[in-house]
Amino acid sequence: MKFRHRLHGKTIVLIAMMALFGALGDVLLRKGMEQIGAISNWHPSALLSAFERTFRSGPIWLGITSLLLFFVAYLLVLSWADYSYVQPASATGYLFVALLGYLLLGEVIPRGRWIGVLVICLGVLLVGGTPPRTTEEG
Amino acid sequence: MILRTVLSIGIIIFAGTGGELAVTRTMKGIGEVHNFSPRNLLRVILRAFRSGWMWLGLSLMALSFFVLLMLLSWENVSFVVPVTALSYVLGAFGGKFLLGERIEARRWIGVVLVCVGVLLVCVG
Repeated sequence: MKFRHRLHGKTIVLIAMMALFGALGDVLLRKGMEQIGAISNWHPSALLSAFERTFRSGPIWLGITSLLLFFVAYLLVLSWADYSYVQPASATGYLFVALLGYLLLGEVIPRGRWIGVLVICLGVLLVGGTPPRTTEEG
Repeated sequence: MILRTVLSIGIIIFAGTGGELAVTRTMKGIGEVHNFSPRNLLRVILRAFRSGWMWLGLSLMALSFFVLLMLLSWENVSFVVPVTALSYVLGAFGGKFLLGERIEARRWIGVVLVCVGVLLVCVG
C-alpha cells in the first residue's frame, strides 16, 4: 500500500468522522425501525402506514442526518486524499457498527460474529489497497 | 435464516451495486471533473441528470435504501451491515464484466475474505 499523503490532522479527523457517523447512522436506523416493529404485513395499505410511521420517527431522521454527515466528510476527504487511502475507513466502519450495536442497542453478538466482522474488515482493506482506476479515460 | 431476510439482503445488494454501477457509467461518460467552480459543478450535475442511466441508478439506490430500512425492522444492525459487505463481491464482478475494469489478484483475495467473514457472521 502506498502512503503518498502524510497523515494530516484534518485527514484523520475526517476519516474518524466518516467511521463514526456512518456507523451511528446505521445504528439509529435500526433503533427507529425497532420502535416501529417488524414489518410482516405486506398489504399495500399496511406498508404505506409503516412508511408513514418511518418518516415521522425521530431516530430515523437522526440516522439519515448522520449518514448525510458521513457522506459530506467522505466527499471532502476525497477532494485531497486517494480513494484507495480512504477506503480502509469504510472497513473500520463494520467494526464500529458492531460496537455501537452492542453498546447503544444492547445487541447480543456471538464470538463467531465478531471474528466474521474482523475478517470482513481485512477483506475490505485488501479490496481498497488496489489501484482506483484501471480503465482508459473515455 | 428466514426467506424474507435472504430476499431482502439480495435486493439490497443487487439494487445497491447495480445503482452504483449505473451512476459510475454516467459519470465516466461525462469525464473527469477538473473545474470545481459552482457554475461548472451545476453544469455537470444537469448533464448527469439528462442521462437515463443516472435515473436508473438513483432509483435502484432508493429501492436498496427502503429495503434496508424494512430489513432493519426485524434484524439486528450488527448482522445486517456486515452482510451487506457482499456488495464488494458483486461490485468486483460487475466492474469486471460490465465496465471492463481489471481486477488484480489482491482484490480477489479481499473478495474471498469478505465472503468468509459474511459466512462467519451468519453462522456465528
